[in-house]
Amino acid sequence: MTRPVLDVRDLTKVYGTGEATVHALRGVSLTVERGDYVAIMGSSGSGKSTLMNILGALDVPSAGTYHLDGVDVSRLADRQLALARNRLIGFIFQAFNLIPRTTALANVELPLAYAGVKARQRRERAMAALEVVGLADRARHEPNQLSGGQQQRVAVARALVTEPALLLADEPTGNLDTRSTADVLEVFDQLSGAGRTIVLITHEPEVGDRTKRLVRLVDGNIVTDVRQSPLDRIPVGALQGRHSAMSMGGRSESHDGAGKWARQ
Amino acid sequence: MSFYEVVRFALRGLSANKLRSALTMLGILIGVAAVILLVAVGNGSAKAISDRIEALGTNTITVMSTGRGGSTSTALTTEIAAALVDQELAPDVASVSPVVSASATVTFEGTDHEVSSFVGTTPSWFAASNTPVGTGATFTADDEAQGRRVVVLGQTVAEELFPGTDPIDKQVTVGGALFTVIGVLAEKSSTGFQDSNDTAIAPLSAVRQVLTGYGALNSILVEAESPDKVNAVQSEVATILNQRLDVATGSTTTPYRIQNASQLLATQTETADTFTTLLGAVAAISLLVGGIGITNIMLVTVTERTREIGIRKALGAPRRVILTQFLIEATLLSVLGGALGVAAALIGSSFEIVGVKPVIVPSSIGLALGVSIAIGLFFGGLPASRAARLRPIDALRYE
Repeated sequence: MTRPVLDVRDLTKVYGTGEATVHALRGVSLTVERGDYVAIMGSSGSGKSTLMNILGALDVPSAGTYHLDGVDVSRLADRQLALARNRLIGFIFQAFNLIPRTTALANVELPLAYAGVKARQRRERAMAALEVVGLADRARHEPNQLSGGQQQRVAVARALVTEPALLLADEPTGNLDTRSTADVLEVFDQLSGAGRTIVLITHEPEVGDRTKRLVRLVDGNIVTDVRQSPLDRIPVGALQGRHSAMSMGGRSESHDGAGKWARQ
Repeated sequence: MSFYEVVRFALRGLSANKLRSALTMLGILIGVAAVILLVAVGNGSAKAISDRIEALGTNTITVMSTGRGGSTSTALTTEIAAALVDQELAPDVASVSPVVSASATVTFEGTDHEVSSFVGTTPSWFAASNTPVGTGATFTADDEAQGRRVVVLGQTVAEELFPGTDPIDKQVTVGGALFTVIGVLAEKSSTGFQDSNDTAIAPLSAVRQVLTGYGALNSILVEAESPDKVNAVQSEVATILNQRLDVATGSTTTPYRIQNASQLLATQTETADTFTTLLGAVAAISLLVGGIGITNIMLVTVTERTREIGIRKALGAPRRVILTQFLIEATLLSVLGGALGVAAALIGSSFEIVGVKPVIVPSSIGLALGVSIAIGLFFGGLPASRAARLRPIDALRYE
């Protein structure tokens, strides 16, 4: 691990001017190694979402440097920034953010389309990604025909289809009920087991407990940074996931109702 | 990311809201069709007017008296008409036809027909006024000199009095006298309120004797040698008339009026052009309204899909791709709407509209189509470029 996937130095973010100035981040420094599984926790207003948006190259910091896989993201122009979002980052939103009236498959294909991958190859890779999250049989469904948990798993498939260096998840289970949360977390555990680098935001302790490293943010500062399990150890959920992955298609049917209730 | 791919995204965007896309296209369709069709109608009526004036003959002038029933010294007489045939003073005059006319009732075997203009003139009138005879013959100079009661009927009169039979050599009663029909005029194109086929032509001497009496002439039709000598003839005729009618040199009022067909044509064409411009302007407003429709829809579409734009940007869509997608959507709307509008206008122009046969002006098609596409590109591009410039996080937070 010579080069960290994520290297953030003295990141600050200030919103507004004059009286209404808000310091969302007050000098955050963070390094994430390849294969790590990090949870960032904090109460609302602690700056964790701001941090996540900056890490996802969706927002720009007021000051500080941000190296992503060795690339200085804070210095990129619009075009290269689009390229970085496409190739280096897979972003998972709290509100799923699938494109409406578009099938799950087309949603997963979208980042590949922007990457310029040919149609047939795109389809194969998108199907493979849907297979990983256990939704291959739902490829033709549109977002409004899927439960919340299923939508979020499609979003995960979309995030990992480009094989990005870093998976970022902004409260991925915030809009889900317990069963769907378990499903999505299982997918994360499996991905971590497969060696992917994951950074997620959460305020749920049970989500934070499953990760290998827990970072607590208070008022725009990192207060604790605890390693919960060794970098190279496979998370518990990943082992369970191996067993259940076989029957995932069938199981997802059973709690469709629960997912829909959660959304209503 | 290939261009074809972007086009597919745009098509998917349009088909996601079919009714809205169709209505927007309808707006542009109506605008484009209205511009093309109304300009065509204006152009068609201008053409009809100029056709009618050209049918009167562009190489003639008409002299009319302005002294309406006043002193006899200012009236137009056959002597004045004869004086206009003068090789010395008026070398460019080809023929002079004195004209009297009145309305008269023509009767044949109990059938009446009111002829609005029963004309008495000389044989040269037929050629000068561009009124050929269809069947039969015109009367001759001899008929005129002898005052023979012969008549050439217009199409309408012939059809009214002799339905299904040949009118030649039949005798009709006009003003208590019998006239022998010797010919029927060829059908004249007639646009407007007056039926130019509702006429009858007889020798001047006979008409004066039976109908109008030996008073003043109604007008004198003077034919020039060629259309470009019309203005020369006009001044020659004016000189002779001034002499004859004792008009003081430098006087601004004359007891006669000279009507020049080519001048009339010029004035009428000008009027028709104004009319066309007016119609075009009204239609252009409707095109503008259609364009505003596109702008409105694109604004709504982009605003509504700002979140989607944010998602696409977060997934790595470059600004150019997003801008292109929305530009293609707007352009497709305006191009399709415009093309359908042209088709509608072409179909519509094959029908007669308010009595006018529209004549398509090709440049109006290009202009209307060009304007509609330009509107689509500009007003569709504006909101799209604004959205494409947004930072992904701002677009995602947009509600």
